[in-house]
Amino acid sequence: MFFHLDFFHLVRTTDIISTVEFNHTGELLATGDKGGRVVIFQREQESKNQIHRRGEYNVYSTFQSHEPEFDYLKSLEIEEKINKIRWLPQQNAAYFLLSTNDKTVKLWKVSERDKRPEGYNLKDEEGRLRDPATITTLRVPVLRPMDLMVEATPRRVFANAHTYHINSISVNSDYETYMSADDLRINLWNFEITNQSFNIVDIKPANMEELTEVITAAEFHPHHCNTFVYSSSKGTIRLCDMRASALCDRHTKFFEEPEDPSNRSFFSEIISSISDVKFSHSGRYIMTRDYLTVKVWDLNMENRPIETYQVHDYLRSKLCSLYENDCIFDKFECVWNGSDSVIMTGSYNNFFRMFDRNTKRDVTLEASRENSKPRAILKPRKVCVGGKRRKDEISVDSLDFSKKILHTAWHPSENIIAVAATNNLYIFQDKVN
Amino acid sequence: MFTRGLKRKCVGHEEDMEGALSGLKTVSSYSLQRQSLLDMSLVKLQLCHMLVEPNLCRSVLIANTVRQIQEEMTQDGTWRAVTPQVAGRAPLDRLVSTEILCRSAWEQEGARPAPGLGDGHVQGPVSDLCPVTLAQVPRHPQSGIWELDGPQENRGGFHKSLDQIFETLETKNPGCMEELFSDVDSPYYDLDTVLTGMVGGARPGPCEGLEGLAPATPGPSSSCKSDLGELDHVVEILVET
Repeated sequence: MFFHLDFFHLVRTTDIISTVEFNHTGELLATGDKGGRVVIFQREQESKNQIHRRGEYNVYSTFQSHEPEFDYLKSLEIEEKINKIRWLPQQNAAYFLLSTNDKTVKLWKVSERDKRPEGYNLKDEEGRLRDPATITTLRVPVLRPMDLMVEATPRRVFANAHTYHINSISVNSDYETYMSADDLRINLWNFEITNQSFNIVDIKPANMEELTEVITAAEFHPHHCNTFVYSSSKGTIRLCDMRASALCDRHTKFFEEPEDPSNRSFFSEIISSISDVKFSHSGRYIMTRDYLTVKVWDLNMENRPIETYQVHDYLRSKLCSLYENDCIFDKFECVWNGSDSVIMTGSYNNFFRMFDRNTKRDVTLEASRENSKPRAILKPRKVCVGGKRRKDEISVDSLDFSKKILHTAWHPSENIIAVAATNNLYIFQDKVN
Repeated sequence: MFTRGLKRKCVGHEEDMEGALSGLKTVSSYSLQRQSLLDMSLVKLQLCHMLVEPNLCRSVLIANTVRQIQEEMTQDGTWRAVTPQVAGRAPLDRLVSTEILCRSAWEQEGARPAPGLGDGHVQGPVSDLCPVTLAQVPRHPQSGIWELDGPQENRGGFHKSLDQIFETLETKNPGCMEELFSDVDSPYYDLDTVLTGMVGGARPGPCEGLEGLAPATPGPSSSCKSDLGELDHVVEILVET
């Protein structure tokens, strides 16, 4: 069995999407964009009349999470672009999410209001104060239904803790703390406390001239609240245990694959830089994405990954021009499906790739409006590497490097995926026969 | 970039060469490509400091690349052994294909104005930067590049040439990248260590261009000297050497 996706839903946003994330039930899908906005989609409840389990995702809430700021001290602008969104598990009727730009993390509460109190004593229907002299009776206000309103309110602002650009946030499994990571430091926060955070990793050298490595991504273990990992620009992953010491500068485990000498070039280090790291849902594995591959590591084996998947190896001979046009620095993300059996990541030309870990089969699909008609099944794509190009294949030199899929998300339990292609959000669902 | 167009011609002619010379041409092509990569990296480092706020990860990766090239070029400068040329044909093909790709991309770059010019913020972050030099000890190839928040005393010895560069950037047309380095002090392009004793030197192993690392001895650039005519300053150094 392999994955047959059919096109489901396309949403056009006004700005480039910079992050996509399902919540823990998959009922909500959040996107953040370059303009600092967050848009949340909610899955429609399936009607009893529908045979297929197809709930559409409709806009649920839109709000401006971050605004552009100016750092007067350094004379630099702080972008409002949302780098990451992470949901908190739902604990009451409201939804909570963390959103972050380069410098500031915010906790947002998204809640519904479908009733409003009417019949105040001291205020009239428009909210104006009544003249006390006119009040002759006392009554208890009652709640009456109103049109559903979804409100987003910022509940916490976690600011001024990062000198460098925040690249990751991760909610801890204790649901009380979370971490934020920038290029050189990782801070631990308590959700209730905004004026203080603990620094748990600091790789800034005393002499900045000696800086050769930065933190690229970080994530908490899904079950063990004392464990987290962070990846580096040198292609290494460190697993840290917060019980060992307050400052986790010494790792508990160090994951690095020995370099392949036959593939060595001036670009080796750049393409080994890890752009994303994700724990499997089971907590047993971690997945890393570097420029050309996706790797799966077993937490129990540090000296090499257990699986390596080639995303677009045909780019290996193009590294010089990809360096020249800066594409080599693109940071692709990677995701697991709910059962950790399939992994997905993006590529260029609006292609994205899926790898089935069990069958070892892989597929290349395209998120484009041309071949996205409702209920049409996505056709696998193929890149022609050399020699004769077949009819449906696309040659490497025809790839559009401005169309990159950096952000994707997978529903936690179903085969529904969200793919962000510039300012288009595609939602695909597995075709259920 | 001063390398634009000129080195292309040099490499293009290599396709017609055969025999014993092909190894030598591969070597010189490798060193030219390596130099091109170095120059491109330096420009990137400078440009990224003119943007809103430099992406630290990107800057670190580029600087590490520069350091690698530097180290290799420094090693080559002291390396003397002469061994017969080995399999030059396959790597040569790879060289050419890389070259072609770089060429088309670079021709576009020439038309692209450098970002951030005319922007009032250029001065601030830019003054922290020190260009990488070959003459300086490779251990500290860049000083003060990362200091976004720290003191600015780590400027190193090339403050003067740095100011010249950015004066050029501020006053001149964005398209004149070639002139960027024409005013730079000679030590910036001191290729002495690279070029001494290189006449007739062959490289030891397969050279795969920039895609493959080899402790290659760069051949003399004299065959391409005439093509570097526009680069007054560098040519002077070569001739003097």
